[in-house]
Amino acid sequence: MSAHADTHANDDHGHHHKETFVTKYIFSQDHKMIAKQYLITGTIMGVIGVLMSIMFRMQIAWPEQPNVLFEALLGKWAPEGVMDADIYLALVTIHGTIMVFFVLTAGLSGTFSNLLIPLQIGARDMASGFLNMISYWLFFLSSVIMVISLFVEAGPAAAGWTIYPPLSALPMAQGGSGMGMTLWLVSMAIFIASSLLGSLNYIVTVINLRTKGMSMTRLPLTIWTFFVTAIIGVVSFPVLLSAALLLIMDRSFGTSFFLSDIFIQGEVLHYQGGSPVLFEHLFWFLGHPEVYIVLLPALGITSEVIATNSRKPIFGYRAMIMSILAIAFLSTIVWGHHMFISGMNPFLGSVFTFTTLLIAIPSAVKAFNYITTLWKGNLQMNPAMLFSIGLVSTFITGGLTGIILGDSALDINVHDTYFVVAHFHLVMGISALYGMFAGIYHWFPKMFGRMLNKNLGYLHFWVTAICAYGVFFPMHFIGMAGLPRRYYTNSNFPLFDDTANANVVITVFAIIGGIFQLVFLYNFFSSIFFGKKAVQNPWKSNTLEWTAPVEHMHGNWPGEIPHVHRWAYDYSKPGHDVDFVPQDVPLKDGEEELQH
Amino acid sequence: MTAFLTIIIVLFIAVAIWQMVKIFDLAQVATSNDQVATDKDNRINGYLMMGFLIFIYVITILSFWYLGDLPLMSNSASAHGPGVDNLMIISMVIIFIVQTVTQFLLHYFAYKYKGEKGRKALFYADNNTLEAIWTFIPVVVLAGLVIYGLYTWTSIMNVDESDDPIIVELYAQQFNWKARYAGDDNTLGMANVRLIDIDRANILGLDESDPYADDDVITTELHLPVGKPVLFKMRSQDVLHSAYMPHFRAQMNCVPGMITQFGFTPTITTVDMRQNPDIVEKVANINALRADRKDEIEDKGQELLYEFDYLLLCNKICGKSHYNMQMKIIVETQEEYDAWIKEQKIFKNSLTN
Repeated sequence: MSAHADTHANDDHGHHHKETFVTKYIFSQDHKMIAKQYLITGTIMGVIGVLMSIMFRMQIAWPEQPNVLFEALLGKWAPEGVMDADIYLALVTIHGTIMVFFVLTAGLSGTFSNLLIPLQIGARDMASGFLNMISYWLFFLSSVIMVISLFVEAGPAAAGWTIYPPLSALPMAQGGSGMGMTLWLVSMAIFIASSLLGSLNYIVTVINLRTKGMSMTRLPLTIWTFFVTAIIGVVSFPVLLSAALLLIMDRSFGTSFFLSDIFIQGEVLHYQGGSPVLFEHLFWFLGHPEVYIVLLPALGITSEVIATNSRKPIFGYRAMIMSILAIAFLSTIVWGHHMFISGMNPFLGSVFTFTTLLIAIPSAVKAFNYITTLWKGNLQMNPAMLFSIGLVSTFITGGLTGIILGDSALDINVHDTYFVVAHFHLVMGISALYGMFAGIYHWFPKMFGRMLNKNLGYLHFWVTAICAYGVFFPMHFIGMAGLPRRYYTNSNFPLFDDTANANVVITVFAIIGGIFQLVFLYNFFSSIFFGKKAVQNPWKSNTLEWTAPVEHMHGNWPGEIPHVHRWAYDYSKPGHDVDFVPQDVPLKDGEEELQH
Repeated sequence: MTAFLTIIIVLFIAVAIWQMVKIFDLAQVATSNDQVATDKDNRINGYLMMGFLIFIYVITILSFWYLGDLPLMSNSASAHGPGVDNLMIISMVIIFIVQTVTQFLLHYFAYKYKGEKGRKALFYADNNTLEAIWTFIPVVVLAGLVIYGLYTWTSIMNVDESDDPIIVELYAQQFNWKARYAGDDNTLGMANVRLIDIDRANILGLDESDPYADDDVITTELHLPVGKPVLFKMRSQDVLHSAYMPHFRAQMNCVPGMITQFGFTPTITTVDMRQNPDIVEKVANINALRADRKDEIEDKGQELLYEFDYLLLCNKICGKSHYNMQMKIIVETQEEYDAWIKEQKIFKNSLTN
């Protein structure tokens, strides 16, 4: 058991800075404030992303019908209220980009890694508060650029969130590939810089700043997932950055990394010798690990919330860590399953099928361990717990169809259909969103010192849960019927007329689900100011953040940092009167620490 | 004006929701001062968990009932199709079983062990045997699926040249498809987009000096003889496209700068497929739906009555009119095919001046 005795050597600095409004609320270097900044920026981006999805779902359900919402929000892109085909593709593209990167990467990981890493490992702050501040402000800058890109003359980027060239490289192929795509690429490059600074900080902090007694095998699973997520990010995000830079070169400086032999609008372009397939490789080398960058923190939050609210230790702590590591490793060698029919060698397809189906094994272990954690628990149905159970449910439903998509022979016929859309929305979109909600409901008292209203939380969860299944479950079936994604309207294909009614049902569920997020937004923003005052440890949890005072202070703990004597999951341990034993409580005489 | 009205309406709706939420919120103040779940909350949400389990089962059954026959399962029209469908059905059955059981356990436990004051949870942190079991079972099941899957994949993707397949080029551009038949020599002439000469109607950039190109035939409909292997060579002139032929369980991207390929053997003619009872039912259903939208369809200038045809669709986002990039595929007898191809102009004769 390796103790880190000297990490509290720097205990006493950072207490007595005089803070101005600017250093406290804007250019703050305090991890708790930065976490809140991430959360609020992510929430605003989330509102934009969800609103976009409601608009294009309306177009799919009622194609080419005038719609007051379009007329009000889309301006020249909806002449007489009828959505234009270009803006449809742009909405789909920006929805994907915003949700994947700005909400579920920065909003989720940025918020909870920042909030919880120092608090749960027992550190005064991040290893570098300054880098942390830069990281947030780069994220803010990239968000602003992405939003600005929505307003350019020729339209925002519209080549799909995967921005495959040549479509994304040639302004004459699509209006959105002009200034809109330039801004998209610049925004993403800045975003990646932000993400890398954040990740490096998380890694260094977890390795170096753990309090005395906090060995790696006593870390809460939240910290394990944030730590591993940061490593995946550092490994894979630079590859996307290089792809973006090479694409910028092709677009602006006449190189041919991804382009060759192109004849468009009556003329031959000079590009020679590049390959779009190369871009696909570079993109998915980040793109697939990105799924786990989004999902792992959500699973970590779920582990913590389920254990606390079941009043039971998380089942199979070590197996959970092994699964996280296995998923992280495998996630970097499965990217080719997005490319079975891209024209790459079919033999590679068989390799990627094999590695992809392997990843189902650690995923299955995690799902079973969650279920076993519930078994014979004493479940406290707080809103965070409901979202965590919901996450396990959608993770199973969405994950299972992965064995169809990961199987190259089956992928041929469902590739790029709504089957794919349904699969990844359930397994990473909805699951990660539930993880984010669970985290917000669980740690809101820690962030703002007040409680969220639980009844609004219940209303929010149940309506969202029903709508999520209502939207994405039937979607699998219209995908199996062969309906391609990213079609502005299906009305040119009588073949698909029998999916039209299902599309209306899906859209209705989407609209209801979208509207009910207002309940959450109201609860969130009003509780920041008017919520019930929180007690120090409202959920009777074991982890260290609940030993810190409710009122935020720079440096987290007023006196010495607590020392850790046990793992984070001593819930309902025999021999104790209460059903939780926080990590800073020393072992009793004769009490054995579990050989976990 | 309309925009202004819309904003007002949206505002009203937002205010209404805000007020409803506020009332809901205020109504709670008297009953509970505490925002942590009580035994009553646990009980209600426990029951709702069981309700939600039923909801999941119901939506599964409804989806299968109303949408289950859309996939044309077991009506594939290519030689390798039944193998794919078989694998699909096996995977679906496994998924269905695992989904039903695990969702039951999850929601049932959530209901059964809903919290009560004074009860203590079981301290149960680990069990290596259990974990070994649920590692081992997925390993075995997945091993089976991987082996079957790889076998199917390899047999689809390995094109046997000794079968003497018909060579057809599928040529994609924003936003239409062309097919190029190799002619009597069954060898496609060399081509590159740099050789495109619109003035001379050399629209696919064939090399006019290549004798193999002379007898090539360029068409806008894809005709295939039944029972004869066909090897498609895919080309794109501008951006990525994907040649998706769902009825044949076939798809391959078209990539500018390279030639991709996909081969299959069509097994059922269009005429026979139209008489397949499943397809007859599907078409009747579609036509009933279309009759309801009669005016709208006729306004768009489409035929009201739908007749089944195989289709080639673009399935990779390619720009504004991606949603309307299609080509009809007609599978016919060898005689019909021979007669049709004989009517087409060969490349050498299609050039102007």
